[in-house]
Amino acid sequence: MEYEPVIGLEVHVQLNTESKIFCGCSTKFGSDSNTQTCPVCLGLPGVLPVLNEEVLKKGILAGLAINAKIASYSKFDRKNYFYPDLPKAYQISQYDKPICEDGYIEIPVKNGLKKIGIKRLHLEEDAGKSIHSETPGNNFSFVDLNRTGVPLAEIVSEPELGSGDEAYEYLQKIKTIMKYIDVSDVNMEEGSLRCDVNVSVREKGAVKFGEKVEIKNLNSFKSVRASINYEIERQIRMIESGEKIVQETRLWDADSNETYSMRSKEDAHDYRYFPDPDLAPIILAPEYIEEIKKTLPELPDAKLRRFVDEYSLPEYDSSVLTSVKQLADYFEETVKLGANPKKASNWIMSELLARITNPEEIKSFHASPGMLAKLLALIEDGTISGKIAKTVFEEMTATGKGPEQIIDEKGLKQVSDTGEIDSMIDAVLKNNQKSVDDFKNGKENAFKFLVGQVMKESKGKANPILVNDLLLKKISG
Amino acid sequence: MKLDEKLISRVANLARLELTDEEKQEFTKQLSDIIEYVEKINEMPTGDVIPADHIVDLKNVFREDRASASLDRSEIEKIAPKFEMGHIVVPRIIESIE
Repeated sequence: MEYEPVIGLEVHVQLNTESKIFCGCSTKFGSDSNTQTCPVCLGLPGVLPVLNEEVLKKGILAGLAINAKIASYSKFDRKNYFYPDLPKAYQISQYDKPICEDGYIEIPVKNGLKKIGIKRLHLEEDAGKSIHSETPGNNFSFVDLNRTGVPLAEIVSEPELGSGDEAYEYLQKIKTIMKYIDVSDVNMEEGSLRCDVNVSVREKGAVKFGEKVEIKNLNSFKSVRASINYEIERQIRMIESGEKIVQETRLWDADSNETYSMRSKEDAHDYRYFPDPDLAPIILAPEYIEEIKKTLPELPDAKLRRFVDEYSLPEYDSSVLTSVKQLADYFEETVKLGANPKKASNWIMSELLARITNPEEIKSFHASPGMLAKLLALIEDGTISGKIAKTVFEEMTATGKGPEQIIDEKGLKQVSDTGEIDSMIDAVLKNNQKSVDDFKNGKENAFKFLVGQVMKESKGKANPILVNDLLLKKISG
Repeated sequence: MKLDEKLISRVANLARLELTDEEKQEFTKQLSDIIEYVEKINEMPTGDVIPADHIVDLKNVFREDRASASLDRSEIEKIAPKFEMGHIVVPRIIESIE
């Protein structure tokens, strides 16, 4: 029997506002526990939540970036459940009137691109954090409410992902887009991007979905992929041995690489949503949305296409350069300052990316686009060789000095004086008579060896083209 | 609409209320009476009426994104049933919901 998995993702993106969604408490990460709370966060009686407009704007921008329709009418609802990290006993979320619906993104698959539908994007408040004591017999949990009320956008995909790899690509794309439009830090380790997965398996071609399982406790893109692969295998195994799959929530154990069932009460999902009477509906004029649309920057897919068209770069180069906005900006700045696009791309992908751990921080990198453009120009006009240029680049990144200054200080200027090269060649030929004879007897490699020796003699500074020409003249003549 | 004890037990459980058998009986009757009374509303033709999500005629009430001072932690300590090492202490939570 052949099976096909059906996968949907729920991604929570923490919006990077200064203050919380419904009160003025700071959203700063890593402060002392319970120092960023107020009566609204604590759910004290009589408080009134008021929507942070920046949350709304960022939510709309995110919706536009994933090609979603922005609702002209939207509202907040209460999702009721008891849990100590949510003192009100309800989470303010959006139920039937989310701010954005019906979007899509495209992800790379084996033979091209695949469109993945996005059902909705809605706004909600985050809950607090609880720490459970590891000490046996200690029957307490410790609650920190700093995160309570931090704004989230929840992005729910259609069940259109077909594998762990596709889920991985989807997450990668969501992350890149959210970074490009600067609505979130999307850092899975710090919790500003979180992901729950729904997986079911059905016979290939079947119309009906299989019973779905939700996986939680995923803290990296890799664990999302691995847990999906595990879950698909597990469900197929169950079906084949005649067992029934039950709808449940399972947790991912990254140490043992397995999912395990989270025993939960049947009524855990009876959230009894109703409109939050404390919050007024959001009714948006088309102009309001249009204003936000104007601030939408060029998105990664469009930028990639433009890099291919405008700079004639290979697809691969373009995808690397546009994977991080700051990197793409760096490249374009270098080209604008006169560098050849393909050469600039080569240098950025090999030399630059090897020396920088986080390309988002390229602004603080010592070697500026101006310096790189200058360096490429100096190779072009023969002042230095490509090999020496690497040494100069290294020095540039370490000291922040310009390429010309480094070349002057270190005496790295390429030797193009034929007289000087001639005398170096003479010295090399004198000491390598055997190689000269080998060459005359038809051994091509002997010539390369001799060129290498001359370059060595010049400490890499001799113009390699001149060395070639002069050497050839000398030993053939 | 008649409510039965099963439904009352379920609602009580969702609200984390513990009811005795007598209370269940009593509330089943009371709540049934109330619902029956309110059901009169269903006689109104409401097919063309847009549901009112909000009873006050307000829209787009926003605040500016500016961080302001939070409460001093000692204020939380005063009202929390138990507070230790900067945290509110609660009975151990085994399962997690969200």
